[in-house]
Amino acid sequence: MSTEGQIPNLEQPPGPGKIIKVLGGVAMLSGLLVVLTYQLTLPTIMENRRIAREKAVLSVIPGATSFIEFMLSEHEGLIRVKADGSTKVPEGMVDPVYAGYDNAGQFMGVALEAGAQGYQDVVRTLYGYSPPCECIVGMTVLESKETPGLGDKVETDPDFIANFKALEAKLSGDKKALANPIETVKHGTKKHPWQIDAISGSTVTSNAIGKGLNNSAQRLLPLLRYHLDEFEIEQ
Amino acid sequence: MAVDVNKPKPITLDTFTRGIWKENPVFVMLLGMCPVLAVTNSTMNALAMGLATMFVLVCSSTLVSLMRHLIPKQVRIATYIVIIATFVTIVDYLIQAISLELYKALGAFIQLIVVNCIILGRAEAYASKHRVTKAVVNAVGMGVGFAIGLLALGTVRELLGSGTLLGFSVFGSSFQPWAIMVLPPGGFFVLGSWLLLFSWLEERKTRKSEEAEIEGEVAHGA
Repeated sequence: MSTEGQIPNLEQPPGPGKIIKVLGGVAMLSGLLVVLTYQLTLPTIMENRRIAREKAVLSVIPGATSFIEFMLSEHEGLIRVKADGSTKVPEGMVDPVYAGYDNAGQFMGVALEAGAQGYQDVVRTLYGYSPPCECIVGMTVLESKETPGLGDKVETDPDFIANFKALEAKLSGDKKALANPIETVKHGTKKHPWQIDAISGSTVTSNAIGKGLNNSAQRLLPLLRYHLDEFEIEQ
Repeated sequence: MAVDVNKPKPITLDTFTRGIWKENPVFVMLLGMCPVLAVTNSTMNALAMGLATMFVLVCSSTLVSLMRHLIPKQVRIATYIVIIATFVTIVDYLIQAISLELYKALGAFIQLIVVNCIILGRAEAYASKHRVTKAVVNAVGMGVGFAIGLLALGTVRELLGSGTLLGFSVFGSSFQPWAIMVLPPGGFFVLGSWLLLFSWLEERKTRKSEEAEIEGEVAHGA
């Protein structure tokens, strides 16, 4: 580029000042546009996320019409999440717990998150747990990148969804783990109430859901046991 | 694409339709194949991706054309990329605000519009050399052409792969969906079939015009 300047009749190369000015100007304009859009769309996006989560939570706790968000910390127990987002997140493992209530304010159950590696990526699910029945009463897929037409049947197949109407999740005698681990069995071989009947053709995804539920229930339900009375509160 | 910058040609219908037919980005230029194959598993996804790409294409072409005398050619690629990335980020937020489900379905392919070669190609080959109005008309044409390409794949794949169109059942419950069509191989099959159709049409046209020429010569000679 430096030789160009010496040849007559050719455009003079721009100086570094001009280049920096143009790049700086474009970057500033870009920043302005991005920040403007971000600020304008943020309330709508947050509202969309809230609605999506509300729908998911209420769909896994039968009878619930409203919910309160809690955090279950391994060191500090159950903490109610403040609506304005000012809650301090404690150190260590923290899991979200959504407590569902019916119209009369009666505690109906909790929704917990689970996840396990599927065929493509982690399949994240939300499941409802009913303490009086000691069973899982609902399940919905939060995030899945499973093969369309095969792995995504776990979200639509009515027979598979029926597995989660009353899936047993009883704690063992010492209350430290589940009495019977939740497991996924081959399609058509379900014998016990803690087994999930897999979808043939979506075995990997069915297994991932079972594994995720088992891991989450084994870890969270023994912890949650100490805090069940804390859910029975005035809303 | 030799265009004389000093003598601006008027905007013709060709400026617009070029991108739809003669230089269709999907079927003729074979550009931007990554979203074409990846997000055309349903009509809705194809439509949303087409509109998102068109938005970025038109906005970035406008800005590049407006700044064409300001941008030193030494840093033009850097500038174009910043401009394109800005509009992609905007479209990303807009789609999240419109529908989270749609956003999830399109996944990483919205962000990947940044590296869609149609957009950088238009900025470099057209918008940086033409007046704003002309650049916009051309960009809209290209955008429509790209959207048509996506829809051509999306509708066929959804019809065969799920038996639905925009989510509504078309063939009834007795239809056994052809699941492979909504999977990645289906994208290649359908794209291949469309390309076959278009090259057959093209070949037929060339043959006809050749025949007409020969006939004309014969007639002239006699």
